[in-house]
Amino acid sequence: MLGLHGVGYRYAGYAGPVLHDIDLTLADGEIVGVVGANESGKSTLSLVASGLAPGSIGGGLSGTLTIDGVDMAGRPLHEFSTRVGIGFQNPATQLSGVTGSVFEEVALGPMNLGLPTRETVERTKAALATLGIDQLAEREPRRLSGGQAQLVVIASLLAMRPAHLVLDEPTAQLDPEGTRLVGEALRGLAATGTALLIVEHKTDLLDGLCSRIVVLDAGRIVRDGPADDVLADPRLDDWGVDPPSRIRLGRALAMRDLDPALIAGVVGS
Amino acid sequence: MVVLALRAGVLGQLVRVSLLLTMPIAVSVVLVSVFTRAGTTVLFAIGPFDATVEGVDFAAQTLVRLFAISLSIGLFLMTTDPRAFVFDLERRGVSPRVAFVAVATIEAVPALVERAGVIGESQRARGLDTEGSVRARLRGVLPLIGPVIIGALTDVEERSLALESRAFSRPGRRHLLWAMPDRTWERWLRWALIALLVATAAARISGRI
Repeated sequence: MLGLHGVGYRYAGYAGPVLHDIDLTLADGEIVGVVGANESGKSTLSLVASGLAPGSIGGGLSGTLTIDGVDMAGRPLHEFSTRVGIGFQNPATQLSGVTGSVFEEVALGPMNLGLPTRETVERTKAALATLGIDQLAEREPRRLSGGQAQLVVIASLLAMRPAHLVLDEPTAQLDPEGTRLVGEALRGLAATGTALLIVEHKTDLLDGLCSRIVVLDAGRIVRDGPADDVLADPRLDDWGVDPPSRIRLGRALAMRDLDPALIAGVVGS
Repeated sequence: MVVLALRAGVLGQLVRVSLLLTMPIAVSVVLVSVFTRAGTTVLFAIGPFDATVEGVDFAAQTLVRLFAISLSIGLFLMTTDPRAFVFDLERRGVSPRVAFVAVATIEAVPALVERAGVIGESQRARGLDTEGSVRARLRGVLPLIGPVIIGALTDVEERSLALESRAFSRPGRRHLLWAMPDRTWERWLRWALIALLVATAAARISGRI
């Protein structure tokens, strides 16, 4: 279980905090989506939840971050890496740049954990297979397309098998098929007990994937509830968030006095 | 060295690159050595400067050394994958951090060139003139410097965060996935070369060669 309790965060050199009084708990196996307009603090929340802020980038943190009930204040960063994985939106900067093949790139994390070679290889193969990118194993990471690189980055995180995973726009560069594969992989991961915090502009991805959605506005949580309720909240537009196409289509039908239930079968298929 | 380059199929490229790298230094070495080196046998004079046999001899020795250094560095870079090299260093006990810094440094150059190319194209698309005279080209380079450096620094920060999240800073040894093939004759050859190096240095110090 990952918990943020009364968390505020201020970047080094900033006059004021970017996050205010964040209270958020992720239960094991839970998938929580985070939405909000640009500059609402979504990426900062990802950094704080993964321990990188202030652990690596400095700044000031108030409140507490707990993992499985343990206060993580002052813990070394490598302790976080086995408990919380984080993926950023730009895959190019997440590739290590020190490996010659996709296989080595995905294996880098397990290797860093000091796992036996056999387990590293097993985890790497499993992560590549989960995302359907086994055929990329021998490719040079620098020569991948943006979408392929993003899948490799996610595979690298899956291979670490962290208890909690924070993803900042994991499908930003993916085509619909890649997005679907990532969605399936994340669902499978949650089924094994991994808690997922997904920051995403594409509410269509969160719709049906997340059990809970959190809305951030100006660094504060303004809405936290079951995904269906939050995604149907008419205030989403005011918070700078596009509702998923299912909701928009339903509203369009309702405006023409058509039954919104008509689209259920279409969207479901 | 020539045999190794021939075997690797890079002899022609190696000689060309080494000549290109050595040429600018060679010109200044020849001019300075030939005309300013003190000597008794004057070959010819240009104004107040005498070209001496001793100067030519010194210039020739320096050029040969420079070319040998250039050839050996060039041969190493052309035949060795830097990543394989540093991973093998790590296998032999060098810290992964040192290995990473070494690879990142080597890999930074092409990455910066690539970034500069992309930014240059986007600047040209917005009307910046980078063709023609030296002045125009210089004017085209200046707007690249800021974005290239700032972008590279941002990338480094993001990459280091990503590496931290993949346990890169965890203390302790890693189990590397592979080892460089190292055949018996290669080990013997390495030791023989080290012995030859020591013997040559000793002979040189003792004045035998």
